[in-house]
Amino acid sequence: MVEEAVIYPGARRPDRSRFVDSSGVRIAVYEWGDERARPLLLAHGGFDFAGTFDVFAPLLAEAGWRVVSFDHRGHGDSEHPALYSWDADVRDARAVLDSVSHKPVAMIGHSKGGALLTQLIEAHPHRASAFVNIDGLPGKRRHPDVADHERTRLVAAELAHWLDHRRRSAKKERKPGTVDELAQRRGRMNPRLSLPWLRYLVSIGARRFPDGWRWKIDPTLRFGGFGPWRPDWSLERLPGFPVPLVGVVGLVHEEMGWGTHPDKILPYLPPGARVEAFADAGHFVHIEKPREVADLALRFFESVGA
Amino acid sequence: MTPPVWLNHAKVRLALHPLRGGAGRALLLLHGLGERSPVEPPEVLDAWSGPIAALDFTGHGESTVPTGGGYTAEVLMGDADAALAHLGQATLVGRGLGAYVALLLAGARPEEVRGAVLCDGPGLAGGGARPASAQIVSPDPAAVPPPDPFALAELARDVRPPEHATAFARQAAVLSGLARPITICALERAAWLRAVAEEPGVEESTISEALAFYATVR
Repeated sequence: MVEEAVIYPGARRPDRSRFVDSSGVRIAVYEWGDERARPLLLAHGGFDFAGTFDVFAPLLAEAGWRVVSFDHRGHGDSEHPALYSWDADVRDARAVLDSVSHKPVAMIGHSKGGALLTQLIEAHPHRASAFVNIDGLPGKRRHPDVADHERTRLVAAELAHWLDHRRRSAKKERKPGTVDELAQRRGRMNPRLSLPWLRYLVSIGARRFPDGWRWKIDPTLRFGGFGPWRPDWSLERLPGFPVPLVGVVGLVHEEMGWGTHPDKILPYLPPGARVEAFADAGHFVHIEKPREVADLALRFFESVGA
Repeated sequence: MTPPVWLNHAKVRLALHPLRGGAGRALLLLHGLGERSPVEPPEVLDAWSGPIAALDFTGHGESTVPTGGGYTAEVLMGDADAALAHLGQATLVGRGLGAYVALLLAGARPEEVRGAVLCDGPGLAGGGARPASAQIVSPDPAAVPPPDPFALAELARDVRPPEHATAFARQAAVLSGLARPITICALERAAWLRAVAEEPGVEESTISEALAFYATVR
């Protein structure tokens, strides 16, 4: 049976793709637009891949940018390494940046990608000209309102669950299914995304095996985590953020969202920075409103001479 | 020398070295940062009469040295948990980084870990209680592993907040059913260890006394 390629209005696959070696890990890199144009680095969120920019990135490229994105390690077509960490992701992002330019580059990150680029820019302020962070600004995590001893049991159960997953992960595979089944599963995590868009994502973010389609993402990766990281630490650093910054948030709360409310961020914004809130969008603002977010970013980069 | 038992943890093959056989619950040794398992049971463990096994963490000793780094104390806890799955219940003795991992596992597997003994060794403090200034770690490309230079660089700067460490100590205290799930033998006082020392169920002693005590624990 031959399945037709899934098309989605406005979606355009990258003009070029290549691999970058990040300390021995193969990172898949994609580009839209004129190779000689000003570079713009785009970083996707956790459990996504660069192809989720197939509508958003062409809008930026058409405005005269060389848009460069990449799949995080373990995601999309990048290698599935043995180990994953925040520091490793930031290192991979820098390897991609090194392959693009050593001059300051405009950057846009979504969710985890926004937080990654934030850290990259804090470590290397001389490598960025301006930054748009789409729902990846730190929020204050709320603890569930439970008694201390109950919380101990909850945390213990999460930990045991994670370790059980690790014990099984040597043999783990993603669950196969049809394009529609994978799209529907993804839709349960991202209920605001349309089925046609999700079907398109399956067609580029999953691989076809004899028993069905499987997402390309490394099956050892798992949502959530319990490391020592506290969002407050990032928030405390925000006032010193070294390049022009715009935060973009969708105000419709979603499970995958960072729960960042503009009011909570405002006291921490560096001078000149601002947060643009979309009342009728969720976590994937740039997918729900690609034109508006692209125009916002383009105007901002123009205004600061990025 | 007995050949190691090979364990799989995701894409990594771990070497678990049986240092001494015997009946009863095993003592599991977790080495410090940059170290590897000893060849013989160290004399300081003479108070333990049961079997003794030692684990090489990812990137150390005979275990896989993966490409491209990405080390966390949490994934090393997963290494130690793979050894625990093989041994069943065990009493843990950790040096330095291994002491921190032993504490994490004691909190995460309170029924399987029958006492964790935290000793001095390389990598005890980690990156301290709060993150340092943002930095992108690029280890020495000329280094010859093992140990993996990424492990040396990344696990010397992983943040270990006291309140994170005490959460694990509390879980061990509440859920293990042991009156004394954690014993501190280390003299170095990293911020996380200073906080753990104040928790209920945590006592300080010599290694010999701690092992003699845990040998009596069911």
